Amino acid sequence: MSGRVFLLGDGISTDAIMPGRYNVTTDPDALRRACLIEARPDFAETVQPGDVIVAGRNFGCGSSREHAPLSIKRNQVAAVIAASFNRIFYRNAVNIGLPVIRCAEAHRVLRNGDEVTVDALTGAITTPTLTLQGEPPSGVALRIIEAGSLIELIRHGGWAALEEQRHVS
Amino acid sequence: MGTITEELFSRRLGRAVHAGDTVIAEVDVAMAHDVTGPLAIEAFRSLDQPLWDASRIVFNFDHVMPANTVAAAELHRIIREFCVEHTITNLFAEGICHQVMVDRRLARPGGIVVGADSHSTTYGGLGCFATGLGSTDIGVVFATGKTWFRIPETVRIEVRGALPSGVYAKDLALHVIARLGADGADYCAVEWGGDAVATMSVDERLTLCNLSTDFGAKTAMVEPDAVTFAHSGDDPFELPPVRPEYLRTLVVDAERLRPQVAVHPSIDNVHDIDEVSGTPLDEVFIGSCTNGRLSDLAIAASILSGRTVHPRTRTIVAPASRGVYLDALSAGYIEIFARAGALVVNPGCGPCLGRQHGVVGPGERVLSTSNRNYPGRMGSPDAQIYLASPAVAAASALAGAITDPATLEPVS
Repeated sequence: MSGRVFLLGDGISTDAIMPGRYNVTTDPDALRRACLIEARPDFAETVQPGDVIVAGRNFGCGSSREHAPLSIKRNQVAAVIAASFNRIFYRNAVNIGLPVIRCAEAHRVLRNGDEVTVDALTGAITTPTLTLQGEPPSGVALRIIEAGSLIELIRHGGWAALEEQRHVS
Repeated sequence: MGTITEELFSRRLGRAVHAGDTVIAEVDVAMAHDVTGPLAIEAFRSLDQPLWDASRIVFNFDHVMPANTVAAAELHRIIREFCVEHTITNLFAEGICHQVMVDRRLARPGGIVVGADSHSTTYGGLGCFATGLGSTDIGVVFATGKTWFRIPETVRIEVRGALPSGVYAKDLALHVIARLGADGADYCAVEWGGDAVATMSVDERLTLCNLSTDFGAKTAMVEPDAVTFAHSGDDPFELPPVRPEYLRTLVVDAERLRPQVAVHPSIDNVHDIDEVSGTPLDEVFIGSCTNGRLSDLAIAASILSGRTVHPRTRTIVAPASRGVYLDALSAGYIEIFARAGALVVNPGCGPCLGRQHGVVGPGERVLSTSNRNYPGRMGSPDAQIYLASPAVAAASALAGAITDPATLEPVS
């Protein structure tokens, strides 16, 4: 599936993705509409399924609030590509099945509105004129992505399956 | 011999583990609060499994307590009903989750604690492994008692010498963040040690470990020592003499530090106070999981005593917990704040995250003792947030502008 690039800068915090004053709710549509309301106020109104967020360093820094990746996922974004991710954001995204790809140069090479196709499992990022190789999740995070979400992984085999398959020591 | 993280996990698992290993481990306690709790409950329910252990699950109402909107009241209702359904008695509405975890001895030296809040690293000040997770991870812990960890590499902060008078743990942490950057310890454990840390109170150690998440740390800790055990009441234990491999060691010369201020829009935009003094302020906030403890309020009270805050600067004080509040009452600090014209609000997160007790408007400047100055954090994205110690906050409230406490005239 291909989509357009929404380009963001460095240090996009969870307060920029989902400000505290908007996340006192678990209502999916309220979270969807407030997504990136500070960093990119036109985002929720214009994003289409399959579009991609491309950002610089330390994407998702700040709070552990899962409302942030959830709000991105509920806008049916195909992937978030960033030079680096904050740890908790990255883990939350993987847990709920929002594809995340590390790529050092994507935010320098890609521009707003570029057509792009992303392979969430291989990390390949393709435009009509170039291909970038990003780094998809690996290890336990990859097992979660393959299962679809952490909840699905726990439902089907759980921690014991990870231990048996020697994905953990 | 390993880092503190490696030693704590090796003890827990009964075998040697090293940085880079991925392990599944049972935790001692799992915590969630009024904002992250409902999503954790949703995740737990979707598993359709029995609860792991009601006595080791903790909920705190602090981010919006008491509820100030119908939506917030609904979050509280979801959690209350869950606790009744599963006979969970650790449901508290008496202050910031992280301080309640310490006050009630739910976080203990040597333990492994997970919390659905990024500042769960705070408890490392008591010498435990503590880390923040999202709601889904915590919901899975509610069912299984376990989660997966990649054992992190460790960044050691070695603080040589003593902090000068008027310079505090907050200043030390901001200085380190300035040097390493807001993602300088990404995915790492941070160990705070050296002369100045050894002589610090547990309050100050909690401040260091709290702020560690704001330069990317997965966990942070101070090796447990006599100070730790005197505070926690636990039986002392010793980790093996540590000769570990660190990813990086940062040496800080404490004697040379000045009061620090993190300037809008990021926590690593740190300046010596002299570079920003005189900046007018609309609001000052003294509190939060970083600097709302008794020793913080004592410092603020010593500066505010017998004085009045500047009329243009609304000044808000939120004790970190009911325990801190009661101690501050006994010590006379609360009366000092009220007489100075500050607004003392109930124990909890206060205005730190822009939902209650002092939301800031467009174009306003606020100086806060909390930990985050991202645009939009405390209200309008067009407000500017400065972060500093309780001493700088109190002095600045008096002057109505950012002020070095050392420059205040004595009370006449």
